[in-house]
Amino acid sequence: MMMRMVWQRVGIGLATLWVVSVIVFIATSILPGDVAQIVLGQSATPETLAALRAELGLDQPGYIRYFSWLGNMMTGDLGISKAGGATISSLIGGRLGNTLMMAGWVSVISIPISIALGLWAAMHPGTWLDRIVTFGTLSLISVPEFFIATVAVLVLAVELHWLPSTAYMTGEESFWQLMKALAMPLITLVIVVSAQMIRMTRAGILNVMSSPYIEMAILKGVPRGRIIMRHAFYNAIGPIVNVIALNLAYLVSGVVIVETIFAYPGLAKLMIDGVQTRDLPLVQACAMIFCGTYVVLILLADIGSILSNPRLRNPK
Amino acid sequence: MTEQTASKKEEEVLAELDSFAELPDAPPKRKFRLSWLGWLSVGIVVFWLLICLIGPSIAPFHEMDMEGDDSFLDAYSGEYGTFYLGTDYLGRDTLSRILFGARNTIGISLAATLLAYLMGITLGILAAVKGGWIDMGISRVNDAILALPTIMLGLIVIAALGSSIPILIGTAAVIYATSVFRIARALGQDIMVQDFVEAAHVRGEGIWWIIKSEVLPNAAMPLATDFGLRLVFVVLFISSLSFLGLGVQPPASDWGSMVRENLQGLTYGSYAAIWPALAIASFTIAVNLIVDDVSAKSGGSLAKKMV
Repeated sequence: MMMRMVWQRVGIGLATLWVVSVIVFIATSILPGDVAQIVLGQSATPETLAALRAELGLDQPGYIRYFSWLGNMMTGDLGISKAGGATISSLIGGRLGNTLMMAGWVSVISIPISIALGLWAAMHPGTWLDRIVTFGTLSLISVPEFFIATVAVLVLAVELHWLPSTAYMTGEESFWQLMKALAMPLITLVIVVSAQMIRMTRAGILNVMSSPYIEMAILKGVPRGRIIMRHAFYNAIGPIVNVIALNLAYLVSGVVIVETIFAYPGLAKLMIDGVQTRDLPLVQACAMIFCGTYVVLILLADIGSILSNPRLRNPK
Repeated sequence: MTEQTASKKEEEVLAELDSFAELPDAPPKRKFRLSWLGWLSVGIVVFWLLICLIGPSIAPFHEMDMEGDDSFLDAYSGEYGTFYLGTDYLGRDTLSRILFGARNTIGISLAATLLAYLMGITLGILAAVKGGWIDMGISRVNDAILALPTIMLGLIVIAALGSSIPILIGTAAVIYATSVFRIARALGQDIMVQDFVEAAHVRGEGIWWIIKSEVLPNAAMPLATDFGLRLVFVVLFISSLSFLGLGVQPPASDWGSMVRENLQGLTYGSYAAIWPALAIASFTIAVNLIVDDVSAKSGGSLAKKMV
C-alpha cells in the first residue's frame, strides 16, 4: 500500500519532469526569431542562413529537434553556448557547485532556527512575543528578496563595515575568507527561507494542538511545553518535513535574486546572463536543472509525508 | 499527472489553516471590522493607488529630468528646486521617479492580476460546471505550469520573447491565472453540489443563470480576498524581474529597476536604492495585513495561501 503510493509519486514526478522539458523546449524553440538569424545578425544572406540552419539542425521539424535535444541532455551533452562557443557543461560545472554549496549552507543554518522559533512561537500563542514573530515573518514574506538583501548591505556592509557587499570569489580563499564572502548572500537567503518555515511550523504545531488527545493532555494537567515536545511535535513532524522540502524548493527563486545582487558566481547568475544575451541553449540547460531540482524536492516532500503517516505505514 | 504534487500541498495547507482558525485563541468572528493596523494598511494602499493616478502631476520633476547637481546626492535644495529624497545614479530626482514609478509597478501588477482573474475564474468555473474531459484537459495543463517555479517560467518566456510591458503583463497573468483557476474550480465544485443549486436545476434554470445567480455570488467573497494575496505575488514577481533588468526597461521608472540602478550607490552611503525598495515593501505589507485582518475576523477561511 505504502510502497505503491511512493512509486506512484515517483511516476508522477517523472511525468512532471517530462512535461517540464516539453514546456522549456517549446517556450524557447518554437517562438519567433531563430537562432541562426540572431547569430548572423546584419550579415545574414539567404545562403549563410540556410547553411547555419542546417549546421544547427534547425531545418528539421520541431519534434525531431526536441527528441535529439532531450537525448543529448540525458547523456550529459548540454550543447554549445551561443555566446563564445564554449560547451555549456563546462560553463555550468563550477557554477553548479557554488550554488549547491550555498543551498547546503542555507539549509544547515535555517532549518534548526526555523523549527526552534516556530515551536517557541507555538508554545506561547497570543503573547506579544508570538505576535512579533507572526507579524515579523508576515512582513518578511511580503517583501521582495532584494529588499532584504539591500537592507542587509546597507546595515552590515555600509554602516557597520562588517562584511563585504559582494560575494566575489577567486577560488583560492581560506575557509574564513570564503565564509566572509558568502556571509551576505547566506544571511539574506536564511532570512527569506526561514520566515516562511517559521510560519508553517507554528501553524503545523497549532493545528495538532487542536486535536482531542491534546485537549485530554491539557485537562489532565500536563504543562504546555511538555505537551508540545512530547505529544504535538511528533505528530507535526510530517507536515514540518513537508514544509522544509517545499521551502528548499523556494530557495530556487531566492537564489536567482541573491546571486545577482551579490555577484555570486553561481548557476542562477549564469542563467540571468544567458537571458540577457538571449543565449537560448544555455537558458534551456539552466532552466532544466532548476526545474528538475524543484520537481525532485517537491517529490521528496510528497514521499516524506507518506512515510511519516503511520496510517499509511502500517496498513490494516 | 502532476496534480498531486502541487495541489496536495496546497490542500493540506488549506486544511491546516482551516482548523487553525477554530483554535480557542483565534479572534472572534466579526464582519468587516478592521484593527487599527488594518485601517493603517488601508490608508497606505489608498495612498499608493492615488499616487498611481496623480503621481506624475504632483512630482516636482519629470522622471527623466537629469537636473540634480551630481549623482547619489542626499536631500538638498539646488537651483532647479528641492530634491527631497536626493538624486539617483544619473542625477535624477528620486522622489519624482518613485511617484512616476508607482504607475508602472502597481499599474502593471494590477492589470496582470485582473487579467489572471479573468482567465482563472472563467476557466475555473467552466471546468467546475462542465466537468468531464474539459475539466481534465484544463486541469492537466494548469498543474504542469503550477509545478514550475514562477521566476523560472518568467525567465524562459523573456529569454525567448524579450521584455516589453505587454509581455510582462501577459506572462504574469498566465502564471498566476493557474492558482486562481485552482481556487475558482474548487469553489465552483463546492457550490455546484449545494442544495440550492440542485433546486435551481430542478426549477429548470439554465446553466448560465445558475453560474450568474448562484455560483458567482457565493464565490465572490473568498475570491476577493485571494485577489489581495495574488496582487502581492504579482508585484513581487514584476519587481523581481525588473530588478534583474528583465522587466520594465529604462528610462521608464519602476520601483524594481530603480533598486537595481542605484544599488552601487549604497557603498557611497546613498539611500537612492532604499526608497523604492521601501515603497514596494510598504505596499505589499499593507495589502497582506488587510487580507490577514479581514480573514482573521471573518472566519479565517481566506488568508491561507500566504501562511
